[in-house]
Amino acid sequence: MSIAFPVPDQAILARREEILRGLAPLVAPEALIVTEDERRVFETDGLTAYRKLPLAVVLPSTTEEVAAVMRFCRENGVKVVPRGAGTSLSGGAIAQEDAIILGVAKMNRVLEVDFANRTARVQSGITNLAISQAVAHEGFFYAPDPSSQLACTIAGNIAMNSGGAHCLKYGVTTNNLLGVTMVLVDGTVVEIGGEHLDAPGYDLLGLVCGSEGQLGVVTEAVVRILRAAEGARPALMGFDAVEDAGACVAAIIGAGIIPVAMEYMDRPAIKICEAFAHAGYPLDVEAMLIIEVEGSDEECEDTLARIVEIAQPFRPKTLRVSQSEAESAAIWKGRKSAFGATGRISDYICMDGTIPTGRLPYVLKRIDEICKAEGLGVANVFHAGDGNLHPLILFDINKPGEMEKAEAAGEEILKLCVEVGGCLTGEHGVGIEKRDLMRCQFTEADLKQQMRVRGVFDPGWLMNPAKVFPLEGRVAA
Amino acid sequence: MTPLTPTCESDACAIIADAAARRMPLAVAGGGTKAGIGRPAQTEATLSSAALTGVTLYEPAELVIAALAGTPLSEVVRALADRGQQLPFEPADYRALLGSSGKPTIGAVAAANVSGPRRIMAGAARDSLIGVRFVNGRGEAVKSGGSVMKNVTGLDLVKLMAGSWGTLGFVTEVTFKVLPRPERSATLALAGLSDSRAVEALCAAVASPFEVTGAAHLPAALDGGEARTLIRIEGFSFSVDHRLGELKRLLAGYGPAEAIDGERAGALWAAVRDATLLAEPHDSAVWRVSTAPAKGPALMAQVARALQARWFYDWSGGLVWLATDPAGDAGAATIRGAVATQGGHATLVRAPAEVRAAVDVFEPQPAPLMRVTRDIKAAFDPAGVLNPGRMYAGV
Ligand SMILES: Cc1cc2nc3c(=O)[nH]c(=O)nc-3n(C[C@H](O)[C@H](O)[C@H](O)COP(=O)(O)OP(=O)(O)OC[C@H]3O[C@@H](n4cnc5c(N)ncnc54)[C@H](O)[C@@H]3O)c2cc1C
Repeated sequence: MSIAFPVPDQAILARREEILRGLAPLVAPEALIVTEDERRVFETDGLTAYRKLPLAVVLPSTTEEVAAVMRFCRENGVKVVPRGAGTSLSGGAIAQEDAIILGVAKMNRVLEVDFANRTARVQSGITNLAISQAVAHEGFFYAPDPSSQLACTIAGNIAMNSGGAHCLKYGVTTNNLLGVTMVLVDGTVVEIGGEHLDAPGYDLLGLVCGSEGQLGVVTEAVVRILRAAEGARPALMGFDAVEDAGACVAAIIGAGIIPVAMEYMDRPAIKICEAFAHAGYPLDVEAMLIIEVEGSDEECEDTLARIVEIAQPFRPKTLRVSQSEAESAAIWKGRKSAFGATGRISDYICMDGTIPTGRLPYVLKRIDEICKAEGLGVANVFHAGDGNLHPLILFDINKPGEMEKAEAAGEEILKLCVEVGGCLTGEHGVGIEKRDLMRCQFTEADLKQQMRVRGVFDPGWLMNPAKVFPLEGRVAA
Repeated sequence: MTPLTPTCESDACAIIADAAARRMPLAVAGGGTKAGIGRPAQTEATLSSAALTGVTLYEPAELVIAALAGTPLSEVVRALADRGQQLPFEPADYRALLGSSGKPTIGAVAAANVSGPRRIMAGAARDSLIGVRFVNGRGEAVKSGGSVMKNVTGLDLVKLMAGSWGTLGFVTEVTFKVLPRPERSATLALAGLSDSRAVEALCAAVASPFEVTGAAHLPAALDGGEARTLIRIEGFSFSVDHRLGELKRLLAGYGPAEAIDGERAGALWAAVRDATLLAEPHDSAVWRVSTAPAKGPALMAQVARALQARWFYDWSGGLVWLATDPAGDAGAATIRGAVATQGGHATLVRAPAEVRAAVDVFEPQPAPLMRVTRDIKAAFDPAGVLNPGRMYAGV
């Protein structure tokens, strides 16, 4: 338990009853959650080692209700932690005793789909997958596909600028977002962007995306929907050496091919995922790539043939092109359930740094050494095309001190990512988890500039205040 | 007056800190080719990136390139082409349109968020921009983003810098994500369509699985010839052939389609990208309007009822370039009225200085967003020394 939370504001704790009475008329009775048992459900998110009971949980049904709650909280100096589905892996949605959780999960409708303009307007509590499902009958989909897409909300995706396995081709959330309706800290409702492209002035939409719930509460979003390719087909390649897999990825890109996905798994990850998904992963290799291409059958065949040829010099030990829908689904099931499958066999923490892909072999070797030094195992799954690593550090929570060791290893790994020219987080966000490492990546001037921008929206640090910026050295507006 | 030309970041810090202390407003410039865009600003000196040049990092296998801000765009483009790569967003060159000379710089491409036809598929300059270094109005060197493709560490100031037109910081270095140059490009041209039919066809093409990377319509009234509707696809030759055939079938109802390849097609797309189709007569005002693609024709119908104008569409109908009479407000009231009904925003890209001083060049925003805009400016440049007033009065 090494991550500190600020000391709760005693004055707010003392006024809890009064605050609850003030919130009650603003939303439907069942939308205000006050009992300890019910609040417990919201005490953590995907970073389950950390738990804090919120003061209350409010689940509004409309933008107007969100605005009323925000106005009340601002007038009363109450902190607000926005929440979608609570799947954040960086503790972004964890609140505290003196803060309310403002959840958008009840606002989960599709408001309008416009296939000609390729846009969908949705309420922000809708799940990522539900957007794709709502447009699938016309052959469309929403591109960013976090592995948590069944549960996570577009609100959370926007706040974290989430990615997925297919963002090598389609980009991450910020590249697929056209507009938001957002409630500012004082309850003002603003529309940023819309169905058109690009900003009229400063790119506020780009700023809001990835702002981790610190600038306002997003209640609606306009997202880009895309027509799905005619087809897609993955291939599996196994290698005896990490270097070969890395060099193969570089050679594919060097040949001018951008597959829609290139996912990497190391030996421990392959074993874990295969046991869970029975996807026919090769168990006798050090590294495996899932490479997916898109297009008509002939186009897929043509591109895969090129890729297979490019791969030859790197001596793939296994090379298998999927022959059926079922086989493709199994191949992806294994990858997408990597975190869940790991969770069945061990406690783990998931890191999320990004590195320049050329440093892959070195970084993987160092990750192994760092974890071994702490006496811990590690399984690596990651997005190889863009260098976004996900080392899963395995530990046993019941062994005293192991969690601390895992956290220490994690910290070393993230520092390593920055050291080789990468960053602390590629898609999971800073939250509380990486907050205290921000000075590894940023100078004081960098951080101050970010905080001054934050201050434009929330000068009083009421919005998700314990996150992203180290607790010491914060600047007011 | 000779411009101030820092040769390194710390030079730039000192110059700006000094200007801030003396409250001396600076015009921030790259090659100066887009100096005519924006409100005329009252500045006392020009701060130029001309002496900050050179590619600082290029890793073809990692799809990233970084260069100092004053590096000519042409140099970056050439370095990429040598390795079979390109900037995905197809940066435009507005020299012919604006009657300016000099060389567009890579830093200004970022600061102006200039993107061409491929924007509909590959995103804007801001989508490819993954890192930026700049000096803020306090004279502090600041970085945001980096040189890796996926990065969500901290607030995304990269996006704020893209399209801030030098009002938030003096950009010293930029890093872009790049993509392979397609092996082949092919264009399908439909003839004689009305604006609304044409945009219908473009939207159908863009909403097909065939990865359209350019979708433009040049109405008959543009140059007195026949209307042309252009659809571009790119990629490996094998795949281009396949998709060309599929698109022809898909668009069969819109009349005969001619496939054009090679230089002729390249020249057409460059003309669309750079808006040279409206360069003459050079004294007309030129607007750039962004709206939802399917709303482009209705927006233009509304404008054309009240104004004499010539126009064409890019981005599947979602980007309208139009030339108007520069007299009075150059059509601002009418155009902005149409934008208000249809949604989107309009920028006055070319007009005499008096007009740009009197008319909002960038789309005015609702009060709460204007407040945010002003406060963001103050968060970067509290003394108001960087291109003050270029985007909005007082910003
Ligand atoms: C098994 C598993 C797999 C995952 N795989 C991926 C993956 O492949 N790629 C990836 O990028 N992430 C992944 N994640 C992380 C997580 O799912 C994403 O960060 C997701 O976007 C969070 O969405 P959520 O709805 O759960 O948001 P929450 O966890 O509820 O909140 C996340 C952040 O968003 C803020 N927020 C929530 N709602 C709003 C709002 N309305 N307005 C403003 N701010 C708001 C919160 O304050 C918080 O900071 C995974 C997580 C798990 C558990």
